[in-house]
Amino acid sequence: MFLLASCGKDKDATVGYTQTPAEIATPLIFQQLIPEAVIPDNNPQTQEGIALGKRLFYDTRLSLDNTISCASCHKPQEGFSDSRALSLGVNGTPGTRNSMPLTNLAFNYFGNFNWDGSAATLEEQHEIPITSPVEMHSTFADITAMIAADTSYPLQFEQAFNVTNVTKTEVTKALSQFVRTMVSGNSKFDKYLLGEATLTAQEQNGLNVFLDETRGDCFHCHGSPTNPLWTDNIFHNNGLDASFDDRGRGAFTGDPNQFGQFKSPSLRNLAYTAPYMHDGRFATLEEVVNHYSEGLVFSDTIDPLMKAVANGGVQLSDADKADLVAFLLSLSDPSFINNPAYLPN
Amino acid sequence: MKKIVLLFFALIPFLACNNDDDTTTPVVESDVSINFTQSFDNQSITANEFSNLEYTNENGEQLSISRLRYLMTDIVLTDSDGIETVIADYNFVDVGESTGAVLDAPTKFEQGDYTLSMRFGFSDADNNGVYTDLNALSWGVPAPLGGGYHYMQMEGVYINSEAVNTNYQFHTIRAAQNPGDDVTLTDTSIAVNLGTITIDGSATTIQVNMNIENWYKNPNLWNLNELYTMLMPNYDAQILMNENGQDVFTLGTVTTIEE
Repeated sequence: MFLLASCGKDKDATVGYTQTPAEIATPLIFQQLIPEAVIPDNNPQTQEGIALGKRLFYDTRLSLDNTISCASCHKPQEGFSDSRALSLGVNGTPGTRNSMPLTNLAFNYFGNFNWDGSAATLEEQHEIPITSPVEMHSTFADITAMIAADTSYPLQFEQAFNVTNVTKTEVTKALSQFVRTMVSGNSKFDKYLLGEATLTAQEQNGLNVFLDETRGDCFHCHGSPTNPLWTDNIFHNNGLDASFDDRGRGAFTGDPNQFGQFKSPSLRNLAYTAPYMHDGRFATLEEVVNHYSEGLVFSDTIDPLMKAVANGGVQLSDADKADLVAFLLSLSDPSFINNPAYLPN
Repeated sequence: MKKIVLLFFALIPFLACNNDDDTTTPVVESDVSINFTQSFDNQSITANEFSNLEYTNENGEQLSISRLRYLMTDIVLTDSDGIETVIADYNFVDVGESTGAVLDAPTKFEQGDYTLSMRFGFSDADNNGVYTDLNALSWGVPAPLGGGYHYMQMEGVYINSEAVNTNYQFHTIRAAQNPGDDVTLTDTSIAVNLGTITIDGSATTIQVNMNIENWYKNPNLWNLNELYTMLMPNYDAQILMNENGQDVFTLGTVTTIEE
């Protein structure tokens, strides 16, 4: 009787299906250094929900013309981001910002998803690309109608959420459960921290540049070895422009002090996630480093952490630049982009 | 046997009664909160005042504040018998995010007089711990500077001697000499003793204010033109900050809600 009750595929006549709880696979280095993953009380991880979310993630029928899925702009081999500076939505319409990598979002303790923090929760975030005219341009009415007409989705939703009338809520919950499973914590640098790998001299010096306030000073926004997320998950104007076509965080909040601010992205998996910045303006990591070294532009809201702006930046030597890039690449995690759990079935 | 039992119960009311103290005073307890505030020359500073270039330090430099985060630790109330009650091991205040401003004590306190003490930043003994929430905030100090955690990040813009708006980063940490493998460290956290507080009524709120202007004036007149950036690896600057920080935190109003 216990075995029957614990099986997710069995349905109790009075309470419906019993879901099978699932845990976030938390890397050892995360367990040692940062709080547990954030799982909302109203959307616990279940095997059924995750499987359903994965199917939805790769389903092009979530878009207006059945041409693109979430994975079209969050490609596994591109670190679940897009090699195009601005992804193409339905009808080839370009978006307005670079596709953010989907990495370790279960460990975003502060909410504020997207470049501008416009979504308080991951569930809320999923509504945006699905309905955006420059992305999937669909409606939840169309999506739930498609689900109802499908031969297997209704049963999957019932098994995952005990609902027969699928709504936006269950669609975004399932997607969120899947995305929360996407955890990257197995880079060369993670192994180095665990004593399982050795950094090259170039990578080691790159780390020193990263941590040196008089040189790279990258750690204030992107964390240090004690923050394996490699982001502070908050918003900065990093000196890209003197004025703003895209006001970023400020466009969402309306606060002029936040014009030009965008969320610090994680530095994990940079080997796969080019181009860089919120608008994908930099094709290479070398261009990114050059920006901070000598390309900073003053504006009224520039972050105080952007140093030596009058000189364009901190003026790194060529050797330090190359070493910094080498270190940054050590944060890439091939096992993440090749993890079958995240790839289409 | 039954008679003995009955006699025992009949005596209980008398045995339990203390003839010498018919007027026992019930213990009255209060909720306690600490309210962390900030001001510059008595002008209150919250996130709403961020980025206004309207403050002038003792050296005459006009400045703004656009980020202010700091860590108070070992927050303790000590009663008149010397018994200490820890309100919190640490409290992280982020003015911009409006977090950490109000710290509620986890237990009620008997009404009476207490002394309130705390520390700005972690003492050396605590600075070597692992604090997962602070790690997630990227509050750590890089290993070449001795590791541990920041005490404060205060940032903004000041107008330099050439009338150019210039970013400053007034970051306080444990002072580090010879950053790298041979770094030596000096504990520059600051003990903050705020004096006696009377806890009364059903709830007491204690204001602890950071007088920001004091970072810049006493005993060391701070010249932002000379010391505005890259202060973390600057051992001497950290010592100066420690000296100036001794009178930065003061007791503000103590508010009591009557029962």
